[in-house]
Amino acid sequence: MGLSRTSAIWAVIWPSLRGDPETIWSFIIPLTLSVKPMNQDLRMTSLLTYTLKYLPSTSQWALRFSMRPLSCSSQLRAATAVQAKSKQTLAKPNIRNIVVVDGVRTPFLLSGTSYKDLMPHDLARAALSGLLHRTSVPKDVVDYIIFGTVIQEVKTSNVAREAALGAGFSDRTPAHTVTMACISSNQAMTTAVSLIASGQCDVVVAGGVELMSDVPIRHSRKMRKMMLDLSKAKTLGQRLSLISKFRLNFLSPELPAVAEFSTNETMGHSADRLAAAFAISRLEQDEYALRSHSLAKKAQDEGLLSDVVPFKVPGKDTVTQDNGIRPSSLEQMAKLKPAFIKPYGTVTAANSSFLTDGASAVLILAEEKALAMGYKPKAYLRDFMYVSQDPKDQLLLGPTYATPKVLEKAGLTMNDIDAFEFHEAFSGQILANLKAMDSDWFAQNYMGRKAKVGSPPLEKFNIWGGSLSLGHPFGATGCRLVMAAANRLQKEGGQYGLVAACAAGGQGHAMIVEAYPK
Amino acid sequence: MVASRAVGSLSRFTASRMLRCPGYICRNFTRSSALLTRTHINYGVKGDVAVIRINSPNSKVNTLGQELHSEFIEVMNEVWSSNQIRSAVLISSKPGCFIAGADLNMLTACTTSQEVTQISQEAQRMFEKVEKSTKPIVAAINGSCLGGGLELAISCQYRIATKDKKTVLGSPEVLLGILPGAGGTQRLPKMVGVPAAFDMMLTGRGIRADRAKKMGLVDQLVEPLGPGIKPPEERTIEYLEEVAITFAKGLADKKISPKRDKGLVEKLTSYAMSIPFVRQQIYKKVEEKVRKQTKGLYPAPLKIIDVVKTGIEQGSDAGYLSESQKFGELAMTKESKALMGLYRGQTLCKKNKFGAPQKEVKQLAILGAGLMGAGIAQVSVDKGLQTILKDATLAALGRGQQQVFRGLDDKVKKKALTSFERDAFFSNLTGQLDYQGFEKADMVIEAVFEDLSLKHKVLKEVEAVIPDHCVFASNTSALPISEIAAVSKRPEKVIGMHYFSPVDKMQLLEIVTAQNTSKDTTASAVEVGLKQGKVIIVVKDGPGFYTTRCLAPMMSEVIRILQEGVGPKKLDSLTTSFGFPVGAATLVDEVGVDVAKHVAENLGKVFGERFAGGSLEVLKQMISKGFLGRKSGKGFYIYQEGVKNKNLNSDIDSILASLKTPPQPDVSSDEDIQYRLVTRFVNEAVLCLQEGVLATPTEGDIGAVFGLGFPPSLGGPFRFVDLYGAQKIVDRLRKYEAAYGKQFTPCQLLMDHASSPNKKFYQ
Repeated sequence: MGLSRTSAIWAVIWPSLRGDPETIWSFIIPLTLSVKPMNQDLRMTSLLTYTLKYLPSTSQWALRFSMRPLSCSSQLRAATAVQAKSKQTLAKPNIRNIVVVDGVRTPFLLSGTSYKDLMPHDLARAALSGLLHRTSVPKDVVDYIIFGTVIQEVKTSNVAREAALGAGFSDRTPAHTVTMACISSNQAMTTAVSLIASGQCDVVVAGGVELMSDVPIRHSRKMRKMMLDLSKAKTLGQRLSLISKFRLNFLSPELPAVAEFSTNETMGHSADRLAAAFAISRLEQDEYALRSHSLAKKAQDEGLLSDVVPFKVPGKDTVTQDNGIRPSSLEQMAKLKPAFIKPYGTVTAANSSFLTDGASAVLILAEEKALAMGYKPKAYLRDFMYVSQDPKDQLLLGPTYATPKVLEKAGLTMNDIDAFEFHEAFSGQILANLKAMDSDWFAQNYMGRKAKVGSPPLEKFNIWGGSLSLGHPFGATGCRLVMAAANRLQKEGGQYGLVAACAAGGQGHAMIVEAYPK
Repeated sequence: MVASRAVGSLSRFTASRMLRCPGYICRNFTRSSALLTRTHINYGVKGDVAVIRINSPNSKVNTLGQELHSEFIEVMNEVWSSNQIRSAVLISSKPGCFIAGADLNMLTACTTSQEVTQISQEAQRMFEKVEKSTKPIVAAINGSCLGGGLELAISCQYRIATKDKKTVLGSPEVLLGILPGAGGTQRLPKMVGVPAAFDMMLTGRGIRADRAKKMGLVDQLVEPLGPGIKPPEERTIEYLEEVAITFAKGLADKKISPKRDKGLVEKLTSYAMSIPFVRQQIYKKVEEKVRKQTKGLYPAPLKIIDVVKTGIEQGSDAGYLSESQKFGELAMTKESKALMGLYRGQTLCKKNKFGAPQKEVKQLAILGAGLMGAGIAQVSVDKGLQTILKDATLAALGRGQQQVFRGLDDKVKKKALTSFERDAFFSNLTGQLDYQGFEKADMVIEAVFEDLSLKHKVLKEVEAVIPDHCVFASNTSALPISEIAAVSKRPEKVIGMHYFSPVDKMQLLEIVTAQNTSKDTTASAVEVGLKQGKVIIVVKDGPGFYTTRCLAPMMSEVIRILQEGVGPKKLDSLTTSFGFPVGAATLVDEVGVDVAKHVAENLGKVFGERFAGGSLEVLKQMISKGFLGRKSGKGFYIYQEGVKNKNLNSDIDSILASLKTPPQPDVSSDEDIQYRLVTRFVNEAVLCLQEGVLATPTEGDIGAVFGLGFPPSLGGPFRFVDLYGAQKIVDRLRKYEAAYGKQFTPCQLLMDHASSPNKKFYQ
């Protein structure tokens, strides 16, 4: 799984279908367009496997979805919004309300495209600047800055600090970086929530960044050891004797781990097994991926992805939108060969999220502070939950475990949720999670629960696209999910949103987002 | 600690690698319709693919017996004659087992080699039909695929195996003294190449799925699944079936070729094998090696080579004929009867006859981090037992911890474990110098120095801190458990667990029950032993229990033989050529001269003249010069780190010369020397059964072979008496008795067997 091979991305080869702006049904259009065959050897999925991803899905959605006029679905949503909730609000006595004022992200780009010459802190800085611009928050008011990232650039291991300094924040504002695989920026946000809830801070910026166009490739351990010893050698004799031990194989580089450390299994491989365990077909996975791309395309065209801020890349044109959204056709997708379990697996480049560069940031405040500063917040950040389970066979089932727990904690049910935003690592992963959540057998035998929590209705699920289509810069996805939930609630008039994600190491996260009353 | 390192070679006899013989009973039934009455096989048709599912009733494993065989023929005939069916999938419905081999009972029921040959020929014919099938057949393998199961699988056009730890492919027939008799000797060389085929058939080693894929033994791998819509095992089999069906279709549609691309090395090898001269050289080399290793004691390996050679040099007709004939001949040999007996005994000794203990042992504590203590810790932590290892000094503890780590790390190097699993297992071990945490221990195993007062001291210390239910087990090789328990407040909780060194290699565990030991305590000890992967014999308390007691008279004879002027090298070669994996002199070095002396002295006091023979003075003088055996670097041989060929310790000569006794010419031929050793061993073993120390002859045989290295080709002392003839052994004993006296007086039970030839230990 060489880097060069993996970084070439299937999506690049895919025909761009953006040609016809009048077509809302862009996901149908591809069927009629002549489409170049996809190059099956250029698969990015294999690289994907590095970090983590997760995804949900069900079976017959594609048909249902395509049959229903979109206008009607918004009526439906409006109807559900007025439906009585288990709770009027999740505010708790004696606990500070914590709000997110707004959040932004750079456009998410396929790795190896316009961001390829940047460093991670450049992207993170762009997100921070965008946030400053969007919210006009005075820099010196910010108490703390936290960023999540996964593949660390060794020169900027505390990327939060480097980006903050560059973005012009006060050098008196401390910053730290967290890592928790695909839920790194979720961790950044919940850390911010904890800091505010405990009264340590009032204003925190949380964000995440990932630059997969460049990853640290190290010298081998033997070479490193020799270089370190050399630097300590005092005499020419010592140096020569060290150099004489040099062997050609010292030069073979060490790539970032592609596989889960504990199990030595790549994530895509695990996703393929997971899909098989839940008996999810290749077609179902391709259909779900197509749905994601189609919905993302529509959201993009309708200007719903308002968290995206333009980014003038030095030496290049200004990037204004995500470039991984490419609805294709089931026929085209069916031509791809499996990327992980060969030759009969079901996970392919087309139904996996792709390697992505991007950064995101949100502004989180104590409610009273936000109001005092004259802000109109978008949403409350409410209960959240981290879970973990077997990293081998349940690597990507985090959302299944986290969802019922966070709902219980908040005193809500599935019916109370108006907007679901789940991280889509792979189609097969999303569909497996949906099936697992809908299975009493699974709930009883593996989760120690009496009954299933139920599967989220698809008309409320990732309807502005997801990681499969928008892209998945590992460390930055969490903030995108929260902002998508918050913006959807604002737009559609819903009250509660549920964000959930899986992550490498068999971990998972869920959080309730409550719309800020208008 | 009576055992020896080299006996580890016996570990080949691992149960999991051998044929299973559940011995189901043939059932008579009338066939109204062939479809309805099948008990072992059912099949359904999915599209144009026949899915044939094997599921022998009332058994955990599928074995190829006559009933299954005939049902299989029926089903295949239907498959071949149906127009609707274009391909087939062969799969087992049992988790963890495809087909574990031929039904051993079917073979042992035969009384002539012709009958066995006929069984072989029937299977050959059937498998040939499978091989020549125009409708592709895919073997979908999940779990053990051994012996006849593998032969069936390699007759199919395509093989798909799950990459599960339980999926093992192999030809373990050689371990039972027979050969693959259903075409395996002919097909395997063609499939994986002659060298690899020899390796599989001559060692009987099991091959894991990923290795099998590399070798070309299977064509595709399927990853085992985790939890999903069904329990993982169930869904994995279903998934395997789904994948196999797509490949069966692909093969029928000619979209997939059953031929596999060979790598460069493979191509070169097969080219080399096409040169007759190279082939002859390989046969020669393999034969030499086999002769050297088996010392002519095991006929099966040479016949396997012969049959493979016949097939390659004279064509497959001659090969198949030779295979079936040799198969028949081998099945009738004493060696195969002995080995099959051992296999059965081993299976029996892997069961807990005492039932489940009231409280499962989860927290184990081991006192003493020496070789034994650390060894016991190693086989415990990798089975998930929380284990405390306690010693008195940090240095001793550190050495023990390092031993455990190295043991686990070696498995990582052999790819049996991942480094992550190693770390997780190692974290089950807590090393400490105090008794912290003992209040939660369910079992304490002491492995401190063999000294009664020391054992009393630790027993009292431990009893002050452990909970009431905690079992106290002593890893002693000779001290009677009742004496150790004498100072216990709760003697019903005291038991002996006699491990053999090196613990991670030696399969045997001798559990010793004193009169006061409760049944639940025994059940607990057996359960822990089984969890540790041991083959277990349970014996009554007494000096030397069973294993040490049998070995002691033989050791005494060893010393006498040395005193009579037979050199250690000569003695070693006499014993190894008789079938002992380790020479007698080397065995003394391995056990430790001081231990041998200690045991000889103790047991000598108890058993008196029967244990006499050589002079203790030999051992005493060796000890006084520091020749303690391997552990001190010098014994009968000189041991140096990194030096493979050991040299004789010439300083021993003067000791032996000063204590020389004149040999008795009548009983000093090479053969007599061998039999003097073996008959004393056997006589003592039979006496143990007579006195009730042993509960069954099976346990006696298993203990002798797996713990002491009694020649496996003889099947253990009791099997040996049955096969060799009690009368002949008594005659020998009488002859030696005349020369040396009471040490050779046959025991009553042995004489009973001699006087009534129908009396057998194994009916």
